[in-house]
Amino acid sequence: MDGAHDMGGVAWSGPVRPEPNEPVFHAEWERRAFAITLAMAMPGGWNIDMSRFARENRPAEDYLGMSYYQIWLAGLEQLMLERGLVAADEIEAGKPLHPAKPVARTLSRDAVAAMLHRGGPTEREAKGPARFAVGDRVRTRMIHPPTHTRLPRYVRGHIGTVEMLHGVHVFPDSNSLGQENPQWLYTVTFDGRELWGPDGDASVKTSVDAWESYLEPA
Amino acid sequence: MTSHDHDHHHHDHDHSELSETQLRVRALETILTEKGYLDPAALDLLIETYETKVGPRNGAHVVARAWSDPAFRARLLEDATPAIGELGYAGRQGEHLVAVENTPRLHNMVVCTLCSCYPWPVLGLPPVWYKSAPYRSKAVKDPRGVLADFGFELPAGTDIRVWDSTAEIRYLVLPMRPAGTEGWSEERLADLVTRDSMIGTGLPKQPHEVA
Repeated sequence: MDGAHDMGGVAWSGPVRPEPNEPVFHAEWERRAFAITLAMAMPGGWNIDMSRFARENRPAEDYLGMSYYQIWLAGLEQLMLERGLVAADEIEAGKPLHPAKPVARTLSRDAVAAMLHRGGPTEREAKGPARFAVGDRVRTRMIHPPTHTRLPRYVRGHIGTVEMLHGVHVFPDSNSLGQENPQWLYTVTFDGRELWGPDGDASVKTSVDAWESYLEPA
Repeated sequence: MTSHDHDHHHHDHDHSELSETQLRVRALETILTEKGYLDPAALDLLIETYETKVGPRNGAHVVARAWSDPAFRARLLEDATPAIGELGYAGRQGEHLVAVENTPRLHNMVVCTLCSCYPWPVLGLPPVWYKSAPYRSKAVKDPRGVLADFGFELPAGTDIRVWDSTAEIRYLVLPMRPAGTEGWSEERLADLVTRDSMIGTGLPKQPHEVA
């Protein structure tokens, strides 16, 4: 979706402000919100693209007005509400009011290290050849799906060059709807002036990782 | 719209946004624990892992190894995931790693314009600026402006490559080894490697900057 999260090239922002000696977390609630989000994926059963979409899919003023872990928290609440793991009145009351829903698995302390080490690899077996090869010129499709996509607006409709093949990977657009539909994944590189016009910096190249269905021959 | 938004209106003015969120997270943890979905001890371990075990020291180890072992450097640039795995770093948000090498003519910089994708196993969790609107919007259009925000300028004639991590591929910048470090041990070299130098928003420290 064309949400506020899709920030590449948007000219609203001031300088980047590094924070000297930044701590990993800035408050106790950030620690807990981070860990709860990671742990709840197991009983919740959602995938990374579903959680990304739950964070993106909110009003721009929410997305831009909340801090990073507040967005995580809002996304987590949405995923849990959708699945009936918690109810809105429980979140309001701050205590359980309804029986728990049976869940397949929860994350125990003993399982944390293995869960982190395993991660969530997205590469899948190739069922057919790749349509494009390194060096091919491709054009990104001009699409505006209302659901999740990982093709940023600033590269849509532009011509780039295939720089790397990464094998076949889970397709986020459909994975956010529960279907992996793996596709070939490419790194596609664009010249600065192709993306930003004659005022663009000619000494800059930018790439995105793009799935095959985002691309057409140029 | 989350119920978070209408919480504001019926709280005392001396309640900061922070403490309100703190209470909300605590309540949520209680609900989820009492419902049997969460083990608070698992949360403690997740936090401890990312605060004490997983951080930019891991990436510095990878870079210092690449600087001092040409065969490792070659393996890292050829296929970073198994090479980095040799040093024991793998897993969540590092399932598919690519290392990109800086040269006198080319400087690499990494961003995620769509969220905050970042190679956790080698860099830890991203800093606030990496997740911020200014960085995400500016890095792809005006990377030299970003470098200026970080207080440095590349030598004339250096091209920039910006890698927007829009898939599950995570990028690690291999910075150039500082001059004057001939014969240094891997451990001393690792002290020169900063987090920002592995994102491309900084350069490694110079030998005189470390004791």
